[in-house]
Amino acid sequence: MENLSFDVAHLLAGGLVLVSFTLLYQNRMTGLINIFTLHAIVLSLSVAWQAYSQHAPHLYLTAAIAVLFKAVIIPLSLQRIMVRLRIHRDIEVVGGVGMTMLLGICLVALSLVVMLPATAAADPLAREDLAFALSVVLLGLLMMVTRRNAISQVIGFMSLENGLILAATGAKGMPLVVEISVAFSVLIAFIVIGIFLFRIRERFDTVDIQELDRVRGGRR
Amino acid sequence: MNIPAFEPVDALLIVPALSAVILAFLSGYRLTSYVNFVSSGVAFFFACALLFHRPAAGNYLFVDDLNVVFVVLSTFIGFTTSAYSASYIGHEIETGKLSPAHVRFYHAMYQSMMFAMNLALLANNIGLMWVAVEFATLTTVLMVGIYRTPEALEAAWKYFILGSVGIALALFGTILVYMSAEPVLGEGYDAMVWTSLMQHAPAFSPRLLNVAFVFLMLGYGTKVGLVPMHAWLPDAHAEGPTPISAVLSGLLLNVALYAVLRFKMLLAANTAAIAPGPLMIALGLASLIFAGFMLYRRDDIKRLFAYSSIEHMGIITFAFGMGGPLANFAGLLHMTMHSLTKSAIFFAVGHIAQVKGTQKLANIRGLTESHPVLGWALVAGVMAIAGLPPFGVFMSEFLVVSSTFARQPLLAIPLAFGLLVAFGALLMRLIELAFGEPSESIGEVEASVVPLYFHLALVLLVGLWLEPHVAAWFQNVAASLG
Repeated sequence: MENLSFDVAHLLAGGLVLVSFTLLYQNRMTGLINIFTLHAIVLSLSVAWQAYSQHAPHLYLTAAIAVLFKAVIIPLSLQRIMVRLRIHRDIEVVGGVGMTMLLGICLVALSLVVMLPATAAADPLAREDLAFALSVVLLGLLMMVTRRNAISQVIGFMSLENGLILAATGAKGMPLVVEISVAFSVLIAFIVIGIFLFRIRERFDTVDIQELDRVRGGRR
Repeated sequence: MNIPAFEPVDALLIVPALSAVILAFLSGYRLTSYVNFVSSGVAFFFACALLFHRPAAGNYLFVDDLNVVFVVLSTFIGFTTSAYSASYIGHEIETGKLSPAHVRFYHAMYQSMMFAMNLALLANNIGLMWVAVEFATLTTVLMVGIYRTPEALEAAWKYFILGSVGIALALFGTILVYMSAEPVLGEGYDAMVWTSLMQHAPAFSPRLLNVAFVFLMLGYGTKVGLVPMHAWLPDAHAEGPTPISAVLSGLLLNVALYAVLRFKMLLAANTAAIAPGPLMIALGLASLIFAGFMLYRRDDIKRLFAYSSIEHMGIITFAFGMGGPLANFAGLLHMTMHSLTKSAIFFAVGHIAQVKGTQKLANIRGLTESHPVLGWALVAGVMAIAGLPPFGVFMSEFLVVSSTFARQPLLAIPLAFGLLVAFGALLMRLIELAFGEPSESIGEVEASVVPLYFHLALVLLVGLWLEPHVAAWFQNVAASLG
């Protein structure tokens, strides 16, 4: 039983890293959002498994927040925003897929090299979880760096944040995990609302405010 | 039922939180700015009360020698800035740059920000502190973007994304600290409470702490504005309302620095972990020298002083990285002086930009002739921030340099070099701004110069005579920083 618990946790956390890799090369916006939904589902399964194996009922709440917020509300609203901004059919040029994947592998190797010796004293489950979590965080950062489109960047940030939730739930008995996941959800909600209200298409270059003025025109 | 006794610590959180709610429902800028002013004043009063009465540490809040300095300083600047903000915002409404609805929002956010900062400083829990810093970031992002111009939105967006990545990294570091403490302190709250963490730090796993500190330094360092994570800072300072530039430089950077210092103390208590100093010294020097050179190429007055903030945060981080009673004392003093001087400069700059109708350096000339009150205040402020005697900044910079010379002469060379580079840039700009043929003004402004001159007078006073009680207090804190 001990072994099974470990294996399932391992499988789910490893799955999250795998899905992060898939996110890296998605060039279609719809595909990107679908994969992110998968990312959120894998995360919430992993969190739920931690809740079960650690006998920590409050983690079920975190898992529920992850499913409801990140696998349902966020993808749906991003979908709508893309239709409104007329970028849902856009194909983003993701330069050098091979190079990005190689970099990603290097980052995973880096996180294993950094985390495994550092956590030698911790229990094996937490160790591996932490190494996987750091990989997901670094892959999220890589995605934010390689993308120009604001929505892809936000998805990169959200996958990064999923890695953090994985780390927080893997740390046995850590208090405030639910509060932290709520705080993060608020942050992400603000980011998404920001994109929607201000028509932010590309990271720092274009903030198309003309559109905003036109929408508000009736009220002025 | 047991009713807990009234504590000034609680009041420091309740007052701003309540006023934020009230301000969200009040309209009329005179009334709201008055409420904002009064509640900031009350918060400052309670912060001073902490000097005389210190409650026992709880699971969530605590007060010790270190955070009292930060709380008093930030509520004081929050108070004076609220006075300045009243006249600044009044002018923005008259000229139609801000609508009454925006002002209502602005005041509610101002108090929310004060709440978040007080919470971050007083939190006895590393998780709670993280949530508070995140909340403070959100409120300031909303205020930076308040003008709704493309530039302001871009600045807010940049600040938002970089700040979010920063606090995400800080959270990872926080989790690692918990994991290193958990085998010693057991599961649950104890392993996240500062007071118990500090007590048991020597028993924590050093390797985990090392990795944690790197993440915390990069994460909170982003919010301190250290190079190379500084990209958000100049934009956020330049495009937001000027009172917000003043509190960003005067408060928010300090709050993030406070978080770094706390974790530095944690690592210092564990002798097997890496020394946190060298990383802080490297980031500090990089910020100082980079910002020093960047000062020469600015064309926007608020951006100029934003880079000067990066420079000074670099000096402060450097001083704390050096460690030891003298360098810590210098760092603490420099932080206080920088907060007072830089907010005074932004007070002056805000009104100057209003009378001139521009923030472009090239279009602001001969201020001492056209607006002597503001112009000479700017001259005094820039001379102070550049580190000229007899102001307090000179004294603290001198202490930083001399303590470095005594211990690591080689490090003193790049430090002195960076200081001179920045000094030259600021003086050059000041001469253009303050003297010569005055440029055209577009209108007059009812400037509130009391907070401005009050800050400068304090900086001058410290430069001439550091009150022995304050000196003893700072020395005490510096010794505890290790």
